[in-house]
Amino acid sequence: MTRNLGLVEDRIVMRYGAGGNAMRSLIEQIFLPGLGRIDGIGLEAMDDGAAIRLGDRWLVITTDSHVIHPIVFPGGDIGRLAIAGTVNDLAMMGATEPLALTCAVVIEEGFRRADLERIWSSIRATCEEAQTTIVTGDTKVMGKGELDGIVINTTGVALTDRVVPDSGLRPGDRILVTGTMGDHGLAIMATRNQLALDVELSSDVAPLNDLVRRALRVGGDGVTALKDPTRGGLSSALHEMAAKSGVSILIDEPLVPVLGEVRAVGELLGIDPLLVANEGKAVIGVRPDVADAVLDAVRSHLFGRRAALVGECLEEHPGRVVLDTGFGKRLLGEADGVLLPRIC
Amino acid sequence: MAGELQFRDPARARGLASRLEHEARAIGRAPVTVMHVCGSHEQAIARFGLRASFPRELEVIMGPGCPVCVTDVPEVDEAVALARAGVRIATYGDMLRVRGTVQSLADAQAGGAKVDVVYGVSQAVQLARNNSEEIVFFASGFETTAVATAAVLLDSPPPNFSVLSAHKYIPPVMEIVAEMPETRIEGFLAAGHAATITGWGVFEPFVERHGIPVVVAGFEPLDVLAGLVELVQLIRAGTPEVRNAYPRCVTREGNARARELLWRVFRPIGGRWRGIAHVPNGNLRLRDEFAELDARRRFDIDVSSLWDYAPPKLVEQCQCGDIMAGIASPTGCQLFGKECTPDTPVGACMVSAEGTCKIWHAYGGHPDLRQIRRRAS
Repeated sequence: MTRNLGLVEDRIVMRYGAGGNAMRSLIEQIFLPGLGRIDGIGLEAMDDGAAIRLGDRWLVITTDSHVIHPIVFPGGDIGRLAIAGTVNDLAMMGATEPLALTCAVVIEEGFRRADLERIWSSIRATCEEAQTTIVTGDTKVMGKGELDGIVINTTGVALTDRVVPDSGLRPGDRILVTGTMGDHGLAIMATRNQLALDVELSSDVAPLNDLVRRALRVGGDGVTALKDPTRGGLSSALHEMAAKSGVSILIDEPLVPVLGEVRAVGELLGIDPLLVANEGKAVIGVRPDVADAVLDAVRSHLFGRRAALVGECLEEHPGRVVLDTGFGKRLLGEADGVLLPRIC
Repeated sequence: MAGELQFRDPARARGLASRLEHEARAIGRAPVTVMHVCGSHEQAIARFGLRASFPRELEVIMGPGCPVCVTDVPEVDEAVALARAGVRIATYGDMLRVRGTVQSLADAQAGGAKVDVVYGVSQAVQLARNNSEEIVFFASGFETTAVATAAVLLDSPPPNFSVLSAHKYIPPVMEIVAEMPETRIEGFLAAGHAATITGWGVFEPFVERHGIPVVVAGFEPLDVLAGLVELVQLIRAGTPEVRNAYPRCVTREGNARARELLWRVFRPIGGRWRGIAHVPNGNLRLRDEFAELDARRRFDIDVSSLWDYAPPKLVEQCQCGDIMAGIASPTGCQLFGKECTPDTPVGACMVSAEGTCKIWHAYGGHPDLRQIRRRAS
C-alpha cells in the first residue's frame, strides 16, 4: 500500500532523510548498486548495523549521525543521544558489549564552548553507563551558516556470538515492547511548539545494551528479532520487521504502553505516539514459550519497567501490521516523514 | 480519564456494533448507504478501525465535510495572489499545500512570499500585534471555526489585521447532496460540534423537505456507533426525523450567543465548493459593517497574474469532487497512493488532515480486516 518505492527525484528533499520509504528507495537506487558483498549482514539487509563473520564470532559495526533541535531537551541532550543511538543499534543486532566508539563532530563557527563542554560531559557519562568509551574521533569546524549548530557522528563496534536480525520473526512469535511509546518524539515536539503544559514530557533516551543482555540471557534463541523503534516509531519498526520476516503482525492497541501525558499531547498536536521516535526502547520478537520469562527479565530492568507483550505474528498478509483498537481493526499507517519535523 | 472510560469502552462498543448489525440486517437489503459530513467523524472511524466492525450491509461514506477540501480554487488564488503581492498571510497548516489554479501558498512561500502557519485565529491576531506589517488571516472552516473568527473581529483586532474568509456553512450543502441525481444517501450523520452552535433544530426543515433522517453525533468511537444505530433504526422504521445522539453537548436551540456572533459578522452567500457544486448560502462572507477588516475590500486582489501557467495534467484525473459527493471512493481513484500521496498530493482530499484520501492513506486505506483473527490466546 504505502510501500511502493518511487524513483528518487532530481533533488534530495527532507523526506529522504526521514527513515521511511523515501530513504529506502534512496539507499536502493543510489547507495547500494555496485557495492561489494561481505560474508555476513551488509548494507543490503538495511538492518540496524552490519555483522561481519570473524571465525565463529561476529563483528558488529554501526554508524549514526545526530542532529537535533534543540540540542538540549527535557530528558537528555545531543551527546546522550549520540552515544545511546549507536550503542542501541549494536544491541539491536544482539551485540550488547560495545568494544569502543568513535566520535566525529562538525561544529558551526561561533558555537559556544560551554555548550560543547556540556555535550561532552554527557557523552562521557552515557559511555560510562553503557560500559564503553570513545577511542578515536575527528573534528571539523564549518563557517557560520554552513550548518546548523553541531552534527555528531558516532560509530560503534562489538563482538557477539549470535546475531539477532530484525528479520527473524516467525508466525506465532509474540511482540514485546520494552516500555512506553512516543516519549522522545512528543517531548521534542512539545518543546519545539512551546506548548504551555502542566506536565513536562521527557525523552526516554538511554543506552539499552544492559537491558537487551538480560533479555537474551533469559530468552536465548527464543529471542527471534530485535529492533529499536526510532524514526517512524513503533509503526516503522514493526513494518520493517514484518516485511523482512515475511509475517504479518497483529497489535492489541490497548496493551501498548503510552504515558497519559504523551497521549494527550499527541491528540493536541494530531500526532500518533506510535508513529514518533523513541530513543530508549526496543521491540523484541519472542517465541511464545519464553515470552513471559523475557517479559519478567525486561521488567526487572530500570528502563523496562513498563514493558508489555503487545501483539503476535501471523502467517497471512505478510508485511502488514494490523492494529486491533478494541473497537475494530485497521492497518497501522506509516509515517513517511511528512510534516513531522526531524527529531533525531 | 472519566471521559475516556465512558466513551472509549471496547465492551460497550461491541454491544453497539452488534446492535448496528442487527438493525442493518433487519432492513433486508444492501447496501444501506449513509453519509457523514465531517472530517472528525472520518478521523474517529478510521483511527479506531470502526469500518472493520460495521456490518457488511451498511455503507458509511464521507461527504463534503472537510473545509479545506471544499475551499475553491479561486479562493486559494486570492490568498496566493495576496501573498505574492507581498502581504503576509497567516493560515492553518492544512491550507498551505492546497493548490489554486497553478500555485499553492506553499509554492508562493518557496518563491519568497511570507506565509505563517497558525493553530488558530487568535495566534494570527497576536502575529499582527507583534508586527507592524499587514497580516491577512486566510480563514477556512465551517460554522464552528467561523464563530472563533467572528469573536476576534468583534474584539477590536489591531489595525493591520484583516480576514480573507473561505468559511463555509454546512446545512446548505446537505441539501445539494440530497438532491444530486446519483445520490444513494438514505441518512445523514450530522457533526456534533457544528450542532452545538446551530442546534439540532436547524435540520428539521431539511428532513421535512427530503424525507431523509438526520442524527447528530459526537466524535468518540461510542458516539459514532450510537449515532449510526439510531440512524439505521430510523431508516428501518421509515420515519425520517432528527435525532440528537449527542445530548451532552447539543440542544435543540444550540448556542444562541455563538450564533449571534456568527451572523453579526458573517452573511451567507452562494458560491462554489470545490468539486461539489454551486452551494446557495454555502459561503460565509464578512458583512458590510466589517468592510475594513475584509481583505477582499481592503486590498485590490489581482488573480489574473496566476493564469499564465498551465495547470498540472494530473489534476484533471483527480476525483476529489466525486469522493466528497459520496459517488466515488479513494481506492477507486487511479491516482490514490500512487501519483497522489500526502507527500505529493494532487487533490485537496489528500492534503488536509480532514480529507478522506489523507485519512484513508494514513490509516492503511480501506482493506477488509474483518477476517484477521488471532492464532492463540
